Amino acid sequence: MRMNGTHLSLLCCAGTLALTLGTASSAQAEGKSLTMCWAAWDPANALVELDKDFTKATGIEMKHEFVPWTSYADHFINLLNSRSTECDLIIGDSQWIGGAAENKWYVKLNDFFDKNKISMDTFLPATVVGYAEWPKNTPNYWGLPAMADAVGWTYRKDWFAKPELRAEFKAKYNRELEPPKTWDELIEISKFFTGKEIDGKKVYGSYIFTERGSEGITMGVTNAMYNYGFDYMDPNKPYHMKGIVNSAGAAKGMDVYKELFDCCQPPGLTNAYMQEGLDAFKSGQVAMQMNWYAFFPGLNKDPNVGGDKIGFFKNPAGPTGQFTQLGGQGLSVVAASKDVDDALLYVKWFAQPEIQQKWTDLGGASASKAVLESDAYKASAAYAPSFVESMGMVKDFWAEPLYVPLLLDMQNRVHDYVVANKGTSQQALDALVKDWIKVFKQEGKDPS
Amino acid sequence: MTVTNQASSLAERAARRTPAAVAVRARGLSDRAVAWLFILPTMLLLLAINIFPLIWAIRLSFTGLMANLPNPAGFVGLDNYIDILTDEDIWANFRVTAHFVFWTITLQILIGLGLALLINQRFRGHSFWTTVILLPMMLSPAVVGNFWTLLFQPQIGPFNYVIGFFAGVAPSSFSMIGSVALAPWTIVLVNTWMWTPYVMLICLAGLRSIPDYIYEAAEVDRASPLRQFWSITLPMVLPFLMLAVLFQAIQSFVMFDMVNLLTSGGPGSVTETVSITLKRAAFEKWETGYASALAVILFVTIFGAANVYVRALNWVKQQ
Repeated sequence: MRMNGTHLSLLCCAGTLALTLGTASSAQAEGKSLTMCWAAWDPANALVELDKDFTKATGIEMKHEFVPWTSYADHFINLLNSRSTECDLIIGDSQWIGGAAENKWYVKLNDFFDKNKISMDTFLPATVVGYAEWPKNTPNYWGLPAMADAVGWTYRKDWFAKPELRAEFKAKYNRELEPPKTWDELIEISKFFTGKEIDGKKVYGSYIFTERGSEGITMGVTNAMYNYGFDYMDPNKPYHMKGIVNSAGAAKGMDVYKELFDCCQPPGLTNAYMQEGLDAFKSGQVAMQMNWYAFFPGLNKDPNVGGDKIGFFKNPAGPTGQFTQLGGQGLSVVAASKDVDDALLYVKWFAQPEIQQKWTDLGGASASKAVLESDAYKASAAYAPSFVESMGMVKDFWAEPLYVPLLLDMQNRVHDYVVANKGTSQQALDALVKDWIKVFKQEGKDPS
Repeated sequence: MTVTNQASSLAERAARRTPAAVAVRARGLSDRAVAWLFILPTMLLLLAINIFPLIWAIRLSFTGLMANLPNPAGFVGLDNYIDILTDEDIWANFRVTAHFVFWTITLQILIGLGLALLINQRFRGHSFWTTVILLPMMLSPAVVGNFWTLLFQPQIGPFNYVIGFFAGVAPSSFSMIGSVALAPWTIVLVNTWMWTPYVMLICLAGLRSIPDYIYEAAEVDRASPLRQFWSITLPMVLPFLMLAVLFQAIQSFVMFDMVNLLTSGGPGSVTETVSITLKRAAFEKWETGYASALAVILFVTIFGAANVYVRALNWVKQQ
């Protein structure tokens, strides 16, 4: 009997299955396990569920080490630097990629991807640059895009729909009360809501990130600054920052963020990040909230503010464009792991389209084009369309090996100006350029 | 006599039971050698956990080491020291620290002495009130930082409600730890609340060491209570007060945990004391060499100031 294509495929599948099962039973016999390291948050619970399938398929037990965001970077960077074997796989922040590549903390995945026909073209381009490449925009891969994320906004759809508020807004601003499309509109709407009494409670216009200790205020302010002309360096002259980082547009973007903070942030939220934003929104304190898309599935299901009461919109535009801050992480294999082969097996398993789909269904956020660009995904939740659009307009912070001092310098300068009213935005950015030049010189790069 | 006899009998019995070889070896040691033998473990421990890290930190302060990177630490000479001493932000942090130390000490001394004078009256239930006053001092600074953070919450914190009630303002209209104007005073307030009992205890010890007959003599001379306070109480308590100032100045200068939990140095940098700056440089930016240089500068500052102060204290005692 001549074998046709179908038969051949079936035989291949049977062979793969037999191989997989064979691997599974032998692994189970040997009691193999892998430890996955990540942050402790909602999507991590989805990953635990997903990993049960990997254990079922291969017999390799999955252990998880999830660390709170506050100590996530410190904890895992120290582990990686000390060549600890605690983690076999890590979902590491996008900023780590430079240090991880240059210090060989991660396994380089190019050969592995080629051998297993894993193509980076199947993932959203921004996530490949952000979570996998170092140096940026070169085909050197140190991770597989795992958790797509970006900054977005939620709003109280039920408040926006109140006829009396809509009428009052129309009379005042001569336009309909709709989610803002520009930062100017965002400020107008925020001012409109601030001080109003809704459902018997005084409310505020918007919640924005102000956290000072780690990355919060930087991840917030860049959403305004990008859209007013801020960039990290001259695209034609790497690491040249003067006049780019501290351009008049960048300073204006910072002023806009400060204006929003001064007018419309609920009192006391001067050192607040993700959780405080969620609390402010869930407790009905704010009309709009800046936060990461990763939290939006949970908010969408919230019994008090979810469902019909919540709406989502992408980061508003500014005079020079519309960008948003990239979040999210890539999946990498830890070079010091004693089970690199098994860890690579996991990466291969995770990259499969059906696993990517299930990952999203469970509450994760795949960066796979096939998943995110499908009509089914866009129709799956209220936040999905704006999420897909947001992932197409992201920019990320430095991912240099010395990203920590770069980040903390920006945290200090921005917080000093926005929250503590110290100096002007231009002075803050001029000082930031000096700080960054010093760091790059430490790194042996020429920022002149 | 009985006690002496018992002791010599015990010594004889111990000598009889000591193995001959040990006894010979022990007899071979001089008093000085035995003394060294006793203090050697302590000396070694001190060297290992105090002196060695200090010397190591001094060595690191001349390098550009970043502990979270595998790069070797290059020698940078005095660069770290020059960077620190010419950095306006560091001087601003020293000013924040000076504000914190000055007001903390002033308030602790005034309130602590006042409480000690009150408790020293031995009124009914004074032991109970002494214990109540001492409670804050018994708490961990981390606990204090956390619960004061809750008390200061503009929306749900009782502190704002109490102030709002008396001042006639809305409780959520101000934020103690979020306001640039109020935050520096907030850390002074909490530190004073926590450590005033300690100053009170020291003052109480001073007050109780003054012999009653001095006051009796003053009363015979018809000295007023105010005169007694200025001429007897204050001069005799002064060495104790100065000791309290020394302890509390050092404690406030290096205060980290409580401030870190309350404000983390913010908003902006208005409560960023040098200990917070040091922690951020050492364990957030991982600029180990730079942080070591800052630690050395802090050590020299505290050590030098304490030395001058102790000399002043000795002079006061002699007077």
